[in-house]
Amino acid sequence: MPLREFILEVKDVHKNFDGLEVLKGVSLNVRPAELVFLIGPSGAGKSTFLRCINRLEEPTRGQIVVDGVEVTSPTVNLNEVRRQIGFVFQSFNLYPHMTALGNVTLAPRKVLGLTRQEAEQRARAALDEVGLQDKMDAYPGQLSGGQQQRVGIARALALSPKVILFDEPTSSLDPELVGGVLNVMRRLKDEGMTMVVVSHEMAFAREAADRVLVMEDGGIIEEGSPQRIFSNPEHPRTREFLERVLRP
Amino acid sequence: MQELLYYYFNWEVFWRYLPDMLGGFVVTVQMAAIIAVAGLWLGLLLAVVRAFRVRPVNWALMVFVDVFRAIPQLVIIVFMFFALPYVGIRLSAFWAATLSLGLVLAAFAEENFWAGFTSVQRGQWEAARSTGLGFLDALRYVVLPQAIRLAIPPLTNRTIAITKGTSLASVIAVQEIINRASSAQAQAANPTPLMMGAVMYLIIFAPLVRLSRRIEKRYAVWSH
Repeated sequence: MPLREFILEVKDVHKNFDGLEVLKGVSLNVRPAELVFLIGPSGAGKSTFLRCINRLEEPTRGQIVVDGVEVTSPTVNLNEVRRQIGFVFQSFNLYPHMTALGNVTLAPRKVLGLTRQEAEQRARAALDEVGLQDKMDAYPGQLSGGQQQRVGIARALALSPKVILFDEPTSSLDPELVGGVLNVMRRLKDEGMTMVVVSHEMAFAREAADRVLVMEDGGIIEEGSPQRIFSNPEHPRTREFLERVLRP
Repeated sequence: MQELLYYYFNWEVFWRYLPDMLGGFVVTVQMAAIIAVAGLWLGLLLAVVRAFRVRPVNWALMVFVDVFRAIPQLVIIVFMFFALPYVGIRLSAFWAATLSLGLVLAAFAEENFWAGFTSVQRGQWEAARSTGLGFLDALRYVVLPQAIRLAIPPLTNRTIAITKGTSLASVIAVQEIINRASSAQAQAANPTPLMMGAVMYLIIFAPLVRLSRRIEKRYAVWSH
């Protein structure tokens, strides 16, 4: 199978909410195994942009292609395409009436059509990957925030997606639990998962991201390696934003 | 004290009318069971249909629900039994009452289930759909179980209230508990049958009230 140059191509995406233009033509090409970090002030459209990629929000204009399949096509089987795009939510969104194992096996069983045993095997592997093998029978209510988020990551992993989108994965966590989740993300990166992350964890970006994109007011104002962006931001608004966020 | 026993707990009257009262007991239980099962299922079905958001269907649904919630149960029962025959629909008293109350329960239950639906956070839908689950699967495995559990407390209350309404069927001469108790009382010139009737209602509904409390307790476990 020929390796694609870009596993995710976002072309000129626009999003209007009742007349308010939240995304004003954003484009992004992501290579396999790349970790792209999206930073910027709140209201910039970062989450909206991420949510457009798997059409949790419908782009008003623009094209999105994941591994050669056009997500935005009106004839596409959206459910099928979504298998290729993992999504990790800021508020975890685990199913409270199922155990961790149940949460992770649901999609493999109903979407991939695996048998219960096959699905459980996959789920165990995914939960193992995020370090929760001994919490498989716990309900979300019995888990800490960090553990819940890791189950959320396992849930996305279980479908073997081509790319995983992280929407402020650690923003709802107590500070001491953030590290656990970031460790999982580091591990995923090491194993070659393509990831697009919206987050304020600048230290993590500096150390793990391949590319940092700065968004403001519905557009990308700057793009570059984390080293350059953090030590030598060109755009004045980037500098302003970083000054506010990276308070010494 | 002697008088109380003579009038309300008259042994002789009790035994004389017990078979008749037991017949009424059976009728009430039958009606209540059919109303509860049919009403709840129909209510759930209507709520699921509403989730598809097909405008004309929802409009009709809302009309049905609002009408059956607004009109008093007795009026609906009387209408079903006395008014429908004029358009050729002839129901027995038993079925007129059972159908009426079943539809009333369905209307209230639909609202309870719908409230449950809308209380399920949007994030649950988003998480389910983002893993590739279709609308129906997301509904069935993620949203519906949560919606139903959220709907249980108001539902148990409502079901008990409406199934007690089977007593209204006495007005159209269904031979349920209070109907028989009334006749017996008139015949015997002694209110003991009425006391028997009251006790029978207790026997049916007190355990249901306790059961509903236990159900509520159990399902409140994980609700945030």
